[in-house]
Amino acid sequence: MSYFKPINKHPNLEKNKLGLTRRDYEGGVSTLCAGCGHDSISACIIEACFRLNIEAYKVAKLSGIGCSSKAPAYFLNASHGFNSVHGRMPSIATGANCANEDLLYLGVSGDGDSASIGIGQFIHAIRRQVNMVYFVENNGTYGLTKGQFSATNDLESKNKYGEDNLFPPIDLTSMAIQMGASYVARSFSGDRDQLVPLIMGAIQHKGFALLDIISPCVTFNNHDSSTKSYDYIRNHNEAMGKTDFVPLGEEIKTNYDEGSSVEVKLHDGSRLSLEKTDNNFDPTDAGNSLDLIREKNKEGKIITGLLYVDNKCKSLTEIMDLPDKPLNTLEQDELCPGSEILEEINKSLS
Amino acid sequence: MENPVKVDPINSLNDFVIKFANVNGTGSASANQMFAKSIFRMGIPISPKNIFPSNIQGLPTWFEVRVNNKGYLGSRGGVDIAVAMNPQTYSQDIEEISEGGYLLYDSTWKRNFNRDDITIIEIPLTQLCVDSFTNAKQRALFKNIAYVGALSPLLEIEYEVLEKLISEQFVSKPALIEPNIKALNIGRDYVLKNLPYPLGINVKREDKLKNKILVSGNDACGLGAVYGGATFCSWYPITPSTSVAEGFEKYASKYRIDSQTEKNNYISVQAEDELAAIGMAIGANWNGARGFTATSGPGISLMSEFLGLAYFAEVPLVIFNIQRGGPSTGMPTRTQQSDILSCAYASHGDTKHVLLFPEDPQECFEFSAEAFNLAERLQTPVFVISDLDIGMNDWVTDKFEWDDNQKYDRGKVLKAEDLDNMDNFGRYLDVDDDGICYRTYPGTHPEKGAFFTRGTSHDEYARYTENGDINEQTLTRLVKKFRTASELVPDPIINLSEKQGSSGVIFYGSTSAAMYEAKDILNENNIEVDLMRIRSFPFNLDVWEFIENHDLIYVIEQNRDSQMRTLIMAEGGISAEKLRSLVWFNGDPIQAKFIAKKIYERESQQALMT
Repeated sequence: MSYFKPINKHPNLEKNKLGLTRRDYEGGVSTLCAGCGHDSISACIIEACFRLNIEAYKVAKLSGIGCSSKAPAYFLNASHGFNSVHGRMPSIATGANCANEDLLYLGVSGDGDSASIGIGQFIHAIRRQVNMVYFVENNGTYGLTKGQFSATNDLESKNKYGEDNLFPPIDLTSMAIQMGASYVARSFSGDRDQLVPLIMGAIQHKGFALLDIISPCVTFNNHDSSTKSYDYIRNHNEAMGKTDFVPLGEEIKTNYDEGSSVEVKLHDGSRLSLEKTDNNFDPTDAGNSLDLIREKNKEGKIITGLLYVDNKCKSLTEIMDLPDKPLNTLEQDELCPGSEILEEINKSLS
Repeated sequence: MENPVKVDPINSLNDFVIKFANVNGTGSASANQMFAKSIFRMGIPISPKNIFPSNIQGLPTWFEVRVNNKGYLGSRGGVDIAVAMNPQTYSQDIEEISEGGYLLYDSTWKRNFNRDDITIIEIPLTQLCVDSFTNAKQRALFKNIAYVGALSPLLEIEYEVLEKLISEQFVSKPALIEPNIKALNIGRDYVLKNLPYPLGINVKREDKLKNKILVSGNDACGLGAVYGGATFCSWYPITPSTSVAEGFEKYASKYRIDSQTEKNNYISVQAEDELAAIGMAIGANWNGARGFTATSGPGISLMSEFLGLAYFAEVPLVIFNIQRGGPSTGMPTRTQQSDILSCAYASHGDTKHVLLFPEDPQECFEFSAEAFNLAERLQTPVFVISDLDIGMNDWVTDKFEWDDNQKYDRGKVLKAEDLDNMDNFGRYLDVDDDGICYRTYPGTHPEKGAFFTRGTSHDEYARYTENGDINEQTLTRLVKKFRTASELVPDPIINLSEKQGSSGVIFYGSTSAAMYEAKDILNENNIEVDLMRIRSFPFNLDVWEFIENHDLIYVIEQNRDSQMRTLIMAEGGISAEKLRSLVWFNGDPIQAKFIAKKIYERESQQALMT
């Protein structure tokens, strides 16, 4: 156990617009292994929420089962959390989201949770465009049960015991794009500069946002023959561009040359700026995105960054024509048709 | 009527069973329902039953209507009149007609049936429709309406009633009224011109159905959910529960539209499977919306994992289980009461759940609405356990009632101001000593009231713990909560005979209709019994007292293993000898004759002649 507490050094205790410090966004002490990528992701979530001036109590943290699913306990203490059952977080999130869309839903899952036991729920939450940020803390292994292969392991990779993985991996990003996810990004838990703006963009996005984050397992999957180890990712990561997030109403300050950056406007008017490395890449064209992911996979590279965004999609509650007033706030007089109408119904049945 | 009848034809007024044999997917259902409703409109009690295959088109399907002026609504058994429209099943359909009964068939293709003890009515329905309609689809469809028209003079069904039903049915498609009435007259005129009428069996207007309605249990469950304030429904299609969700949608789309914004003050999500269906309902309830799912036995198996979570994390939830024939895929279109134990103890580990057992659609409505109060009061899953017989058949039932002064019980939920006024919030603190703790909805208060809902062992503050003593305390508190539940759930209905020392009878759900009739049969044969209809689990003191006060109790149910009996034995330490199991599990609704015969034989030590 690491007793690692994400971000515990705030020399100047900077405050955000709500007057809160990063410390106000922290959670309990992590019980994950020292050096676990998941803790770095928790730190980035804290940073993103801090920067976006999110009120923590307006956030719901949801997870399934596995190491990743423990993570919600380690950030945003003031939020309600729901650690559900293995692979079933998407359904809990769907129901919760319909009951009250005013909250921000952060779903934290892993590769076992989302690519195996819960792949059905994962796909259908995407398809329904549930308005949530869905983190897959992807370490390519079953950590809690001590190092079995997961469905995101590369074909040639080995486990800690030197055994070969015999089955090809599921690429969650391309699958999510095909299923209709409206915001798809991949990153690496060790790349804070890239990850924080991607999380911020995902939070501001309306619809299903997937963050597939390679998060090495220091205990079971960080050896030389693993394709999800720190070293492997550092050597094979091809960042698709540098992403910068510009919240609504703030001046755009990007380091990129004007001509080489692409801007994506999100639902609320905030913007994602993307440094172009390839003039042909447009993250709003699903075909392009799928081609790029496939090409880089062939080259043995892991493409990271914002891979796809559709900022015109309708979320589940819009599709279902729900009112602005959350369902969980409706009172009896709005819900119960009453005895007079029941008498009419009786008549229609006699 | 060419066959010489060697047995006297049955003569009966307002008391008979008619069975329609059709091919499914040919449009017979609406014609048959119109027939049933016409008798209902004449003020005579009926009980229609669909007997249908798990299939869309081409297989045999039957519709049986028991007409009974005494108001017995259970299945009677036997057929007095068969309307045989399916040559595939002629042999079976003709064989089951009672001696002296009647057969109506489509004599476009004449047949010789080897029965000289019944009256055979020949009407060339196909030919008549071919002569009258040009469109192939109409020719096929209107055959059904034509036989209903023929039954009008044969059984003396008031023609105006039928005509009115047609104009009501097609009120939004008026162009269809005229051809339907034409079809009705084709059958009627043929009888008037060619056949003797009425038959020995006929109907005559009565006035027995004041304040009664005709409705299915699933429709009533759906309506009850609207009245009970459900805003969230998630479901996966499965026979026979699908029409619960459809009923909810039907009524919600009419009565739950926001008057100002015209938006939907409800949502119904067709999930990808039962696991997701229950998960969504749990998520909605966790967030403070009243949510439910509807399923049948196989769905309960799939939902069991989540049921344990909702039980242990104490999230309210309403589940409708419309039981069908099991085990496994079993008999999807037949009825049973065989999920009692799988619901009472659903999920791994020590779990127990609240069950409600409505006996008819009126109680489906009432229990459906009440289930949401109980679920939120008790913060636990509450099952409404119906079955295919109640759920998918129309029943004559008391009209629905609603007291506008009755307020929803939203249970122990802390608002922001409550949290402001307290120093110590613990999600699982048993503050009131009733086993029920206080909860908060997400997003209630900026600093207080947040907690972590989890299926792992937890302490009073919802923190993960591996301390066995603490976990034992939690599990023990849940037992206390279950005791509290026994004081809140519907009481049993007890009906004691005047004779001291009578044997007891325990029954529940759709067995009730047959049981009430069986009691009358027994009384006519000088056997008295005390009745207790169980309406819920956990059992309350009234249940235990009834059991205590009887030396011998028959437990009547529609499953093989006598599951309610097992539940009573397990929960109350009742001896096996005291509870005599009386089971019926062939998938058809249980019959009064069967119950009466079994009890009579045991009570009098001799056979019952009926």
